[in-house]
Amino acid sequence: MEWLVSACFGVMIACGVYLVLRARTFPVILGLTLISYAINLFLFLTGRLHTNLPDIISENQTRYADPLPQALVLTAIVIGFAMIAFVVVLSLRALGELETDHVDGKQEKPPHD
Amino acid sequence: MTLALIPLLPLVGAFIPCLFRNRNLNAASAGVIAGFSLVLLLLQTPAVFTGDMPLYSRDWIPALGLTFAFRVSGFGFLFALLVLGIGLLIVLYARYYIAREDPMGRFYTYLLFFMGSMLGIVLSENLLLLMVFWELTSISSFLLIGFWRHRADARQGAFMALVITGGGGFAMLAGFLLLGHITGSFELTAVLAAKEAVHAHPLYPVTLILILVGAFTKSAQFPFQFWLPHAMAAPTPVSAFLHSATMVKAGVFLLALMVPVLGGSALWFSIVTTTGLITLAFAAYMAMFKDDLKGLLAYSTVSHLGLITLLLGLGTPLAVFAAVFHIFNHAAFKAGLFMLAGIIDHETGTRDIQRLSGLKKAMPVTAVLTLIGCGAMAGVPLFNGFLSKEMFLAETLAPGLTGAWSWILPVGAVLAAVFAVAYSIRMLLGVFWGKPAEDLPGSPHEPPLGMTLSPAFLMAVCVLVGIFPAFFAGPLINAGAGAILGPDMPAYHLAVWHGFNMALVLSIIALAGGVVFYRQRHRLFDIHVWCSQYLDGKTLFESLVSRLMQAGDRAVRLLQNGSLQRYLFLLISATLLLGVLPFAGSRSPFLGPVAVTPLDPVTLVMGLILIIGAVATVRTHRNRILSIIMLSTVGLVVSLAFTRFSAPDLALTQISVEVVTIILLMMALHLLPTTTPEESSKARKRRDSILAVLAGGGAAALAMAILTRPYDTISDFFLAESVPGGGGTNVVNVILVDFRGFDTLGEITVLAIAGLIIYALLHKFERKAPETDDLGLAWTRDRFPLILAYITRPLLPLALLFSAYIFLRGHSDPGGGFIAGLITATVLTLQYIASGIVWTRPRLNFDNHIIMALGLILALGTGLTSWALNYPFLTSTYEYVTLPLIGKFEIASAMAFDLGVFLVVVGSVMLMLVKLGSINSADARTVSLSAHLDETRGNETMEKESH
Repeated sequence: MEWLVSACFGVMIACGVYLVLRARTFPVILGLTLISYAINLFLFLTGRLHTNLPDIISENQTRYADPLPQALVLTAIVIGFAMIAFVVVLSLRALGELETDHVDGKQEKPPHD
Repeated sequence: MTLALIPLLPLVGAFIPCLFRNRNLNAASAGVIAGFSLVLLLLQTPAVFTGDMPLYSRDWIPALGLTFAFRVSGFGFLFALLVLGIGLLIVLYARYYIAREDPMGRFYTYLLFFMGSMLGIVLSENLLLLMVFWELTSISSFLLIGFWRHRADARQGAFMALVITGGGGFAMLAGFLLLGHITGSFELTAVLAAKEAVHAHPLYPVTLILILVGAFTKSAQFPFQFWLPHAMAAPTPVSAFLHSATMVKAGVFLLALMVPVLGGSALWFSIVTTTGLITLAFAAYMAMFKDDLKGLLAYSTVSHLGLITLLLGLGTPLAVFAAVFHIFNHAAFKAGLFMLAGIIDHETGTRDIQRLSGLKKAMPVTAVLTLIGCGAMAGVPLFNGFLSKEMFLAETLAPGLTGAWSWILPVGAVLAAVFAVAYSIRMLLGVFWGKPAEDLPGSPHEPPLGMTLSPAFLMAVCVLVGIFPAFFAGPLINAGAGAILGPDMPAYHLAVWHGFNMALVLSIIALAGGVVFYRQRHRLFDIHVWCSQYLDGKTLFESLVSRLMQAGDRAVRLLQNGSLQRYLFLLISATLLLGVLPFAGSRSPFLGPVAVTPLDPVTLVMGLILIIGAVATVRTHRNRILSIIMLSTVGLVVSLAFTRFSAPDLALTQISVEVVTIILLMMALHLLPTTTPEESSKARKRRDSILAVLAGGGAAALAMAILTRPYDTISDFFLAESVPGGGGTNVVNVILVDFRGFDTLGEITVLAIAGLIIYALLHKFERKAPETDDLGLAWTRDRFPLILAYITRPLLPLALLFSAYIFLRGHSDPGGGFIAGLITATVLTLQYIASGIVWTRPRLNFDNHIIMALGLILALGTGLTSWALNYPFLTSTYEYVTLPLIGKFEIASAMAFDLGVFLVVVGSVMLMLVKLGSINSADARTVSLSAHLDETRGNETMEKESH
């Protein structure tokens, strides 16, 4: 199981990194989203993988998953969303100001006739 | 608590004057607040005069040694009295000084803010707390000096004051930290008692110099003196306050405060005395040549501060006594003189001594008051300045001084005194005597009574103290000096006549010399003009700043070429390198000893879907809408992974965030180009792919290395305490709203800030969506599918009910404020999607800012309530309640906190999405049009529509 989860994490990071290195804002946003999903998953993994041990205290359950990474990741997910939203709006605003969605603000080359 | 209220009242009440439009109310509210503080301070009089030191202490951050502790020592009392007394006079004076077109509420707000910070400095018991207030005075004086923000000189002056005093504050903080390190405490009482330990410590010289830099910058001592004259760009009431009783006196206050612990060494003596002497003489010399009344007073202030510094440098009991007395005297006459300069400026339109002349006919009262002030400034007998100045001259002749000091000090002191007499005469005669000036911008006349009252009061103090020093100032000065000197307090009796002695001779020489200098002033002016080309602190400061800026620019240009792609490439490469290095150096095996768990087929399939989804997002990223769909599968599988591995709360959060994120991306795509052009070269793509694979491989390896190693968790505490301590069985939620509630408070604050930033970025921003897609086909006109619209409307109450359910059960089962908030935001957004912004906005017409703010206030309020009940911040409590029908359920105070979280999440998410949805200019126009139509058509139509 650990191999699979680690592989998934690695693939998400790899895809995310490739996308944030693109030249247009939209793929960068996609890449950031992927990376933030991946990092949330990774933080969660530091509490290790547990099956059927939810952190709801009850009398017929003696072992529990680690609740601390979960609590941290929960807020991280929400803040991650806020960050993505911010980048999205920033890219829109940049498009409005610069009339291009190139990440470096480079103007479009005039089309060849 | 009364003690803490003295500085806190003006600090916390600072915003109140801002609330009024009426100028009288502005001034009155500021006066009432300062007056309250003064009453509270005066309540301490009996204790202080009998030698007690009332203390108030509460822990703030005990781990750092920071306590919220105040004390009223005799010296602090004297200072606080000056701050509040002169502060009140300034409040009255400024009411008439500040012009109608200036924002008076803002002025009083800054003034109270400054007053509170200054009181904090003089009443703090804890060094770190003192530091906090110290920085607050730097900030508030910046605001005050730059009050006329449209003026370039005001902005420059404020900037210079902030840089110099802020930089000095930084050095002082380091000094305090060292002092705390040496003495083991930041409490003043303990620090002041540790003289031997501090002097014996090898770090003593460093500590001393750092603290002195802080004090000298604040008090404008040489070579930091140049900021003060430029701070004269401030409105005159500000100058009168900052440069007589407060801001610059904070430096000498600190010096005096530190005398018992840092003073008494050869190092202290040489640095402080030399600095004081240079400042005293140099500034007095400069003051003679200033044509601007305020400039003259500014240099005179610097010079008097030098005098006090010099006395504190000498450090003998009598010198300290004289220093305290001079602090009081100087505050009284200098505040008054500044106010008088302000009156002259106000009524004649100029402060230039060259232009002003013969005003005594038109302004007799002002002339008499100025006469008193200048007399005190020059040190003429029967005015208060004479007494402390004579004590100062006597101290420079003290038998303890040996070697060169024994003649340098008296000579320097007398020279400075001569200059002081000369500039005082110049100010008085130049403005009020001689032929009446004719070309003044205004016609000179006496100011309104309210404006004269404050300086008149201060001048009365100068005369009364000058004639009956023992009666009017004796107890106060004794208490002040006694607090510093303790058992060394000299048995000195304040009196006008001490017999014919050497100090009196020096005084007479100074007075006579001053008159001679004044008569010869034209010759001196010529010499000065020649010298001054080389001696302008402001020019030096500005060239230094601009050179620093240029160096900074060069450094930035080297590192920052403006290409995000390049930065990210470097950043990721560096991260990768830093991640790999520890592995390369370590000998432990890559995989840890913990065995891997078996794989089950369902999870395998889900994992493969995730991998396919992620890769497909990359493959399809040129077709943007397709790539969003691919991305959404990844998000969904991640939330399934959370479910699979025992994290139901995370799964719920992830899936709701996923929905909102996809909506957000779709909305953005509506306005962004729908495809990504082919741009990168083959080589670039290959390079990026290699980096991506390396990064991904490294990340996976890291995860694997962690997962196969044993681990310790601190969560056992949370698991054990969740039910008995937090009253909830859902440990994750209890951690969020209770154990780590402070973190959560920070996080929802960040969320709210993000919402506001997005709102600000999109404010007044319009963008027209393209009318056709990339193939040139027009969008369909049928924008809001009927079926969706009519299904979502009845769905709304059901979904809200569901999110209420998720919220309420959150403490014990998966759910809670975050998740419920996201669900609510999703269903509200669904209304917008289904029916469009034009239809939805008037119907869901609540202000998301307010919701967000309410949430934050509620969360913060929950924390403060427990504080008010004497529990640590954000302590929660709970109770079980049994109701008929519903049965036994639990009410926890954490629920109020969670409700705050809920509101912030709903408010900020809606704020972001609705704002984003309304920037399409075509839509925006329809919205305003329809709002307009609604108004004109009245409610009738609205009802018809909704049926």
